[in-house]
Amino acid sequence: MKLHRLRTYILGAATAALTAAATSASAVEIEYWQYFFDARVKAMDQLIENFEAANPDITVKMTHFPYDSYRTKVAAAIPAGQGPDVVQLFYGWLNDYVEAELIQPLPADTFPPEKIEEEFFPMVKAMRMGDSYWALPTAVRSLALFYNERMFDEAGIENPPTNLDEFVEAAKKLTKKDGAGNLTAVGITTGMTAQDHHWIREVLIRQFGGEPYLDDYKKVNYENEAGLKAFGFYNDLQAKHGVTKAAFMDEPQAAFKAGRAGMHIDGSFRIGALENVRGLKWGVAELPAGPDGTKSNYSSYWVNAITSKAEGEKFDAAVKFMEYLTSDEAMQIWLETVGELPAKPSAAMTDENVNHPVYGPFIKGLEYAKTTVFANESAQRQTMVDMMQRIELQGQALEESVSQAAGEEQKILDEYYNK
Amino acid sequence: MRFYKNLSIPQKQIVWAWAFLALPVLFYVVIRFYPTANAFVLSFQEWNLLGDRKFVGLENYAKLFSDPVFWKVFKNTFMYLILGTPISLVLSFIIAYHLDKVRFMHGTIRALYFLPFMTSAVAMAWVWRWFYQPVPIGVFNNFLASLGFAQIEFLSSTTNALPSVLAPAVWAGLGFQVIIFMAGLRAIPQSYYEAARIDGVSTWTVLTEITIPLLKPTIVFLVVFSSIGFLRIFDQVFNMTTNNPGGPLNSTKPLVLLIYDTAFNGFNMGYAAAQTVVLFTILLVVSLIQLRLLKDS
Repeated sequence: MKLHRLRTYILGAATAALTAAATSASAVEIEYWQYFFDARVKAMDQLIENFEAANPDITVKMTHFPYDSYRTKVAAAIPAGQGPDVVQLFYGWLNDYVEAELIQPLPADTFPPEKIEEEFFPMVKAMRMGDSYWALPTAVRSLALFYNERMFDEAGIENPPTNLDEFVEAAKKLTKKDGAGNLTAVGITTGMTAQDHHWIREVLIRQFGGEPYLDDYKKVNYENEAGLKAFGFYNDLQAKHGVTKAAFMDEPQAAFKAGRAGMHIDGSFRIGALENVRGLKWGVAELPAGPDGTKSNYSSYWVNAITSKAEGEKFDAAVKFMEYLTSDEAMQIWLETVGELPAKPSAAMTDENVNHPVYGPFIKGLEYAKTTVFANESAQRQTMVDMMQRIELQGQALEESVSQAAGEEQKILDEYYNK
Repeated sequence: MRFYKNLSIPQKQIVWAWAFLALPVLFYVVIRFYPTANAFVLSFQEWNLLGDRKFVGLENYAKLFSDPVFWKVFKNTFMYLILGTPISLVLSFIIAYHLDKVRFMHGTIRALYFLPFMTSAVAMAWVWRWFYQPVPIGVFNNFLASLGFAQIEFLSSTTNALPSVLAPAVWAGLGFQVIIFMAGLRAIPQSYYEAARIDGVSTWTVLTEITIPLLKPTIVFLVVFSSIGFLRIFDQVFNMTTNNPGGPLNSTKPLVLLIYDTAFNGFNMGYAAAQTVVLFTILLVVSLIQLRLLKDS
């Protein structure tokens, strides 16, 4: 009798399981996770809507978390077989995610590496490990020179500077001081804690003939002539030309917003914050070229990847969703909603986008942008912050300070890669 | 049920006591003791939040003690304590002592001292951060410049930054300490003062022989309480130096900020746990020493 009842239970459970499987076959639901940022969520809502309209048998459920708890939640959920099938992560986290087996490589038949390298901007190569790509961006960010049009008019400068010499000259004309010699407006904002460390690493060092890192960003390579020239140029802006002060008005972007900085180097993500500032007339130009005309830029991005949890039909659905997220259409929607730049030239380099007065200079920068592979971005940035402060506050010689910073940064890289 | 019936009344009382204690005990075990024990274990492991935890023995501690930044931070943490606790205690005692004698607008003045304590530390830190800026936005420096003096580097100097960060923290804690001191002052029986007045004792003697000795329990409480507060200082430092947390050149970085940075920027959880264990030990030792020194004399 008892055995009979048990059998009934098992049969019942099996039937239920089968029914559940049958329902999910007609409509696969996959989960997508990203961190919370209003514009990103809105853009993704729209992308999901379009995707579902084109693929009626797939539904995508988006979940978002505050940035602080994002990584922890992802790490806890996936190994437990829950959470996202497609996940968003910062490009710099790829190593950690691959090592922890949270994500799986993109299938080579749908995403052949040669095709990706042909279609995407070159810096996306950082997402390749071995023979396959593990993640792909929808949108990327780059740097450009913001300038205050009113201050340019006042100083009689007609066009934004195109090279570093013009840049220094313009900065000199834009700088204002009070009777006691205190700065009241800077020609160019500086602050190693903002975007300047990227500008030095990927732009200035290359423009002075160097290469910031060797061996896939595992070896520091700025303790040399090019590095010293680049850091010297940057340090001279304050020490020799007096056209800036580190952390003037607390934050570089605050000084620019308040109309007390003639020029400001920042990322495309700053556009939104500047758009609605009353009384500020600003323009954007490409970063000034180096002494020999070299152009360079730094790009960072968030990528989407398929998690190791996705299997079977969910995996197939996830692949389809990834295909849509990396389509030209999705990239254009992302540009219009979030203000981040398309990751493929085919979507980015349209006439309309390239000639756009605001996006244009950023998009042109993408063609020659590099992406730094960081082991620990904030710690590596700190070595550069400290380097400049040792020179400014403690009077350490430039050469000595650069050498100390190179040593410290190498130690961070060694610890990360040799564990 | 029969088991319960057979118990004596005192035994039943014990059963009920534990029944009521079960909830807080469970709460403490799950929310406090388990994570604490876990942190101790984690301090011997390597973990980046993703993937598995690996035992590495004493490596985290070895790394910590050979790290010059840790010793700098260690020194800063004690600077906050050594400067903060005595200054805030002396100031709050002086204010409480005199406020106790003031009758005119007593409530209003007391409320004004207490107000900063109720303000969010984050908001306050940001306002002070702007006060400290150089010309053209900093209040202090604009004032100096308008009088023709040279500017003072507050937050961007390796020597001035720590006291500058500490000042608002002391100011914010003042209200609370004043209230506690005043409660202590009120609790001293008036008869001692009357007896002293009859004997014609000087005000100074009254202060040193009656008031301060009888305030000892209050002082012990405030010393321990504010020491723990200064050893754990974080909000003020983090918010006043967000661009370069604990800077310039680590001159304001306290231990808690180092832990935060290691854990949530470096994702080096094992190393951060080791730092936490060190902080825990420091707090424990400092509190025990203070209780010992101040309790019995």
